[in-house]
Amino acid sequence: MTALAIHQLEKSFGGLRVTCGVDLAVEPGERRLIIGPNGAGKTTLFNLVTGELRPDRGAVALFGAELTRLPARARAHLGLSRTYQIITLFPKDTLLRNVMLSLLGREKRRWNPLLRLDAQRDLLERAEAALARVGLSAKARRPLAETSYGERRRVEIAMALAQNPRVLLLDEPFAGLSVDERKDVQKLLAGIPRDVTIVMIEHDMDVALDFAEKISVMHFGEVIVEGTRAEVVADKRVKEIYLGE
Amino acid sequence: MTAIRVALLAALAALIAVPWWVPGDYYVSVASQILIYAIFALGVDVLIGYAGLVSLGHAGLFGLASYTVAAALAGGSGQFGAILLALAVALAGTAVFAALSLRATGIGFIMITLALGQIMWGLAYRWVDLTNGDNGINVASRPMPFGLDLEVATNFYFAVLVVFLLALLAAWIFVHSPFGASLAGTRDQPRRMTALGFHVWLIRFFACMFSGLLTAVAGILFVYYTKFISPPSLQLTSSAEVVLMVISGGSGTLLGPVVGAALVVIVKNVASAYIERWNMLLGAIFVAIVLFMPEGLVPGAPRIWRAVLRWLRANPAAAKGAAE
Amino acid sequence: MSLWGILAINSFAFGGLLFLLSAGFSLIFGLMRVPNLTHGSMFMLGGYVGASLYQTWHLPFWLAALGAAAAMAAFGGLIERLLLRRLSGSILAQVLVTLGISFIVADFCLLVWTGDPISVTTPKSLAGGVRAFGLFFTFYRMAIILVACVVAALLWALLDKTRLGAMIRAGVDDPQMARVVGIRVSRLFTTVFCLGAALAGFGGIMGAPVLTVYPGLDTDMLPLALLIVILGGAGSLLGSLIGSFLIGFLYNFGQAMFPELAYFVLFLPMVLVLALRPQGLFGRSAS
Repeated sequence: MTALAIHQLEKSFGGLRVTCGVDLAVEPGERRLIIGPNGAGKTTLFNLVTGELRPDRGAVALFGAELTRLPARARAHLGLSRTYQIITLFPKDTLLRNVMLSLLGREKRRWNPLLRLDAQRDLLERAEAALARVGLSAKARRPLAETSYGERRRVEIAMALAQNPRVLLLDEPFAGLSVDERKDVQKLLAGIPRDVTIVMIEHDMDVALDFAEKISVMHFGEVIVEGTRAEVVADKRVKEIYLGE
Repeated sequence: MTAIRVALLAALAALIAVPWWVPGDYYVSVASQILIYAIFALGVDVLIGYAGLVSLGHAGLFGLASYTVAAALAGGSGQFGAILLALAVALAGTAVFAALSLRATGIGFIMITLALGQIMWGLAYRWVDLTNGDNGINVASRPMPFGLDLEVATNFYFAVLVVFLLALLAAWIFVHSPFGASLAGTRDQPRRMTALGFHVWLIRFFACMFSGLLTAVAGILFVYYTKFISPPSLQLTSSAEVVLMVISGGSGTLLGPVVGAALVVIVKNVASAYIERWNMLLGAIFVAIVLFMPEGLVPGAPRIWRAVLRWLRANPAAAKGAAE
Repeated sequence: MSLWGILAINSFAFGGLLFLLSAGFSLIFGLMRVPNLTHGSMFMLGGYVGASLYQTWHLPFWLAALGAAAAMAAFGGLIERLLLRRLSGSILAQVLVTLGISFIVADFCLLVWTGDPISVTTPKSLAGGVRAFGLFFTFYRMAIILVACVVAALLWALLDKTRLGAMIRAGVDDPQMARVVGIRVSRLFTTVFCLGAALAGFGGIMGAPVLTVYPGLDTDMLPLALLIVILGGAGSLLGSLIGSFLIGFLYNFGQAMFPELAYFVLFLPMVLVLALRPQGLFGRSAS
């Protein structure tokens, strides 16, 4: 069963066709990279998959479950997690609280107005474990404002992983990071077990190409080339797009 | 025992001891008024501070509760029945209010709640058969829980104090609960909350209901306090005043609304003895707070205090001079 | 028949006044994304100032009206430059400041003009009326309608034919883009805020012979401006025009036909719009 199946997805804004009949099939455990020049429609594709945008036509399925009719919040419960291009965490809270919110999203407890959140030991422990996985245990109780950009990236990934996703969508996880920070995130991603399927959008070629097993190249809302790193790098059309820029 | 805990206990003790250190029944009833408005402000703060939704129409719900009590009593109902009915009607009204207002967030929410509040005022003013219009409805007597005569100012104050402390406790539990954290999350990052699996609209709706509950409680206490309800209590100015209370005290905190309520009520009742145009003063204070201390008095006071201390340390001569 | 006729005339006239009120509000909201909660106060203050200029200082009516408009423009300019601009990062803060100022203005008016309503006599040149179709058309009400139409035409010309208008429209459509293209957005904000204030003040004194000027006029008019913008769309002149007349009719006919539910009838269209437009109310501009 395909982990993520996108079939003939289309989306227009007014007269502008942003997504033009995209077909994509990601296998379980795969590391897929989506690249393409600015405006190719990569983030829009993610937004269509997570449900933040409704497609005009087409279908999305997660491990066989049809997502197209489901609201965004329901898709999270089916095992879909994502990170964003622009980091949008909860600035007034500690790192721990940020991750706990992420955990809470999948718990029935989130509706409970009578419990004490800070007394939920199990959530606390899972949050601490999630932060340890990304190497931020030391700063767990510090407010988010006291962290660097790179650390916030890692918190975001921790939050996404804390939900035990089956499919993880990463939108430009390396954007804005220093060389060292990139290495940290690279290591982190490499350490994610295979029961999580990862689809990544990225611009930074060197780092991303290393990561990916299969690459889909998008241009003007379509997937124009798909293949291994070697195949894609050698492809004439890809060269045109990137050299022509 | 941290300094804050000590201060809070002292404040609690002061509240309990009000009838003894406050000079006279008039001021005891001002204290009652402060607590009633504090409950109202807590209700509005649930939305402003924790949900990130500013409502300029809550006086409509407040008044709905007040009018229901007054009308029920005038119709021959018993006290307990009137209170229950008021809670039910106000909660039903809140549900409608929320369903309409939550069609938008941000500025749209402000505008819709303003309009809805005005509809409530308009009904109170013009549906004379139901509300007696501009003449208002009188409340003959206050309840007598456990035989306690609430007509006595001090007794009424203690009853209000008990309800206030319960409301504060309820708000505290709410804010520190998983639901409270979800609500705060929807305030800060609604998009991400949705992606994390939260039902943002429904969370906001329930927050509105809790806000409506506190508002209704305040409205019920209010009509027993003044023993009278009339359309001006539902006007835009009333909704604006409670927003003033929340913002000036500090939205997103529990003590902020209480401090803000005290500020506004004191200006209204006490300053009005010396200054005739106290609404101007209120407006000016509000503008000053929005400009210079937008987080409000409760969070902002430590900042100002620290700045004052720093200045004093840098200018020891001036401090000495002042001390002499 | 004549009752409906009279109601119709009054509705058109009231609609004209509402247009003067709401056009400015709509422009300010459309451009600056701030619902100016001082707008009702400016209508009222303009009425008071104009009434004083006309009745206490004995200026000719039209001069008094222009004076009121100018005074409100100046007042609006002060508010925008000294207060709103300082808070340009936060729309909510700006809204709250306008709320606070409305308190100050309301009390200021009480201080200066006391609590008694001020009736303004119709200017002699427009006193009386004409009988036609079995109805009595007062000259003044017709003048209001005429003035409103002239103002609408002038505003349309401003927005459609001038550079300033183009900048305003650009700012309403896409403020970020407008800045990028080099439009001096902050100056534009001041101009539009002054214009809106002037229109409101002008409406206040124009309406004075019909509505009188009284404490509470501000909170009576503000929700109507809000309502018209909700129905007509922010920044849309045509929306303001149509909305104003619609509300003028609903207000008068509603009060005549359903006196108890008049306010409810008035706001019913808004409720319907909210309930039926599934994408919510303002699309782009709300959050």
